[in-house]
Amino acid sequence: MRYLFKTRYQQDLALFRHGGDRLNYGLLLVVLLLVPVMLSEFYVGELGAVFIFAITGVALMLLIGYTGLVSLGHAAFLGIGAYTNAVLLQKGVPFVITLPASGIMAALAGIAIGIPTLRMSGLYLAIATLAFGSIVGTIFQKWTAVTGGFDGFAVPTPTILGFPIEGATGVYYLSLAVLLFVLWISMNLLRSPIGRAMVAIRDSEVSAQSMGINLSLYKTIAFAISAGMTGLSGALFAHYVRFLAPDAFDILLSIQFVTIVFVGGLGSLHGAIFGALFVRLLPQAIAIGRDYLPSAIGRMPGLEPSIFGLILVLCILFEPAGIHGRWQKVKLYFNSFPMYRRTSFRRQRAYARSERLR
Amino acid sequence: MSLFAAEDLAVRFGGIKAVDNVSFEVEQGEVFAIIGPNGAGKTTIFNLISRIYNPTSGRLTFDGQDITEVPPYRIAGLGIARTFQNIELFSNASVLQNLLIGRHCHSRISVGAQLLFLPSARRAEVAHREKVEDVISFLELERYRDTLIANLPYGVRKIVELGRALCIEPRLLLLDEPSSGLNVEETEVMGFWIEDIKKDLGITVIMVEHDMSLVSMVSDRVMALNYGRVLAMGAPAEVQGNHEVIRAYIGGDA
Repeated sequence: MRYLFKTRYQQDLALFRHGGDRLNYGLLLVVLLLVPVMLSEFYVGELGAVFIFAITGVALMLLIGYTGLVSLGHAAFLGIGAYTNAVLLQKGVPFVITLPASGIMAALAGIAIGIPTLRMSGLYLAIATLAFGSIVGTIFQKWTAVTGGFDGFAVPTPTILGFPIEGATGVYYLSLAVLLFVLWISMNLLRSPIGRAMVAIRDSEVSAQSMGINLSLYKTIAFAISAGMTGLSGALFAHYVRFLAPDAFDILLSIQFVTIVFVGGLGSLHGAIFGALFVRLLPQAIAIGRDYLPSAIGRMPGLEPSIFGLILVLCILFEPAGIHGRWQKVKLYFNSFPMYRRTSFRRQRAYARSERLR
Repeated sequence: MSLFAAEDLAVRFGGIKAVDNVSFEVEQGEVFAIIGPNGAGKTTIFNLISRIYNPTSGRLTFDGQDITEVPPYRIAGLGIARTFQNIELFSNASVLQNLLIGRHCHSRISVGAQLLFLPSARRAEVAHREKVEDVISFLELERYRDTLIANLPYGVRKIVELGRALCIEPRLLLLDEPSSGLNVEETEVMGFWIEDIKKDLGITVIMVEHDMSLVSMVSDRVMALNYGRVLAMGAPAEVQGNHEVIRAYIGGDA
């Protein structure tokens, strides 16, 4: 077991806890950079999609896991980002402008939804964001002049400084870069007053207020940041799917995003990454599994959503800390072997804000 | 001039007058205790001062400024900190993080600087940390610094909540039943902390308290309430001997 001896306050502000972390994450980054060289196009594309989902996962983690506000409408922010990017690209605006523009557009939408829903929490907020999601979905379908309606349209290839971002490899590197940026922003946020204010709102609104935290302001900031990051992810998503149609941004996608957060583990950025891996790899696993199941079950139409739902429920019931929490336990088991006690994590509780827990 | 004053403060919930024309003044540097049976309106007065409730009528002044209309999140910035009867800590955060949240009203860094964690944000964080460390060593919380609140015993949580309020660097500290849930020893320790806060930090304290031993140990003046009305005000011994007060607590015609 490693014991850290801290001698400066700066150490608590560092992004990496110690040299070992720096080495491990550095190695991981090197491996990720080499993936397109080593693996086939299919895997590169899939991993790129994992990154895109991870960006949304991180965004939603800030909102659900750190601020305690549940959103079931994040597919709408993803869609706003995707359409903003694609439509602007089509008009000939360079990609270096359209990418941030999609983030800003989604952030503005986040403020627009944040302000009227400030007084809501828990289930009511979830319903309000769900409604917002379906409104935006309808706009995508009906506003044919811009979105092309159900016919959709092909997303132009982006170029950065004259280099076209083409194929799975281009999207892969671009998504990795944006994911790293979003993670960096999130970590900055969490070591700053805003991040602490978010955690304060999650754990006790009344005392957050008496600590001088303006609840409406910080909830709106949290919504805007989360939506903005999701917008960036949406811009990348447009290039991943290459053809935009409004039915991509439905409630099922929103539920997948929420699954990322809950299965990954509430209140940790690691959890968002683990969750994204899980949510993207599960459909593949189901596809493979179908062949081995009796055809009555294997060919059932709603198999995938029902497995998603089942896993979400099981996870909330039995492992509220998600994959990340389980990983922490496994790590502690080996670190303290053979002294591990089952009760080490006894006092930890799920802190998703729900009516029951308040 | 007194540091804090309530004039004809009243609040009504439906037909119930929870606080009924209560007036009192608190001088700079004193410990002012509010006592009274359950439902007397003690915590309601705290919630009025911290602006969680709106008074039906009356006026609150702090340091010569009318605070009756100030939004609740500005109260901390004015220099009024509070604790809660049933502990309202951020239970999934560490002691250090909780205390740092107490510094929130002193942070002046823009959103952009925080997102990019510019050098100005880093410097501000270190400065806040130094202030927090002062409080940690004042209350001897060093060994709990990185512990999650959820893993702390109740008595320590009480001290952490006190510490979080001190991180606001308040001029007026509202303590809502600082001894509730504590045993005799812990209550005495709490009494010593309150004395230190008054003497070493020069902070004025208003506290709601049931434990008369703590009240007579630390408070300079006591106000007794019943059914939202003031029964008696004065030195602890004086109020404790007041017939009205004894009647309110014990009942009958004592």
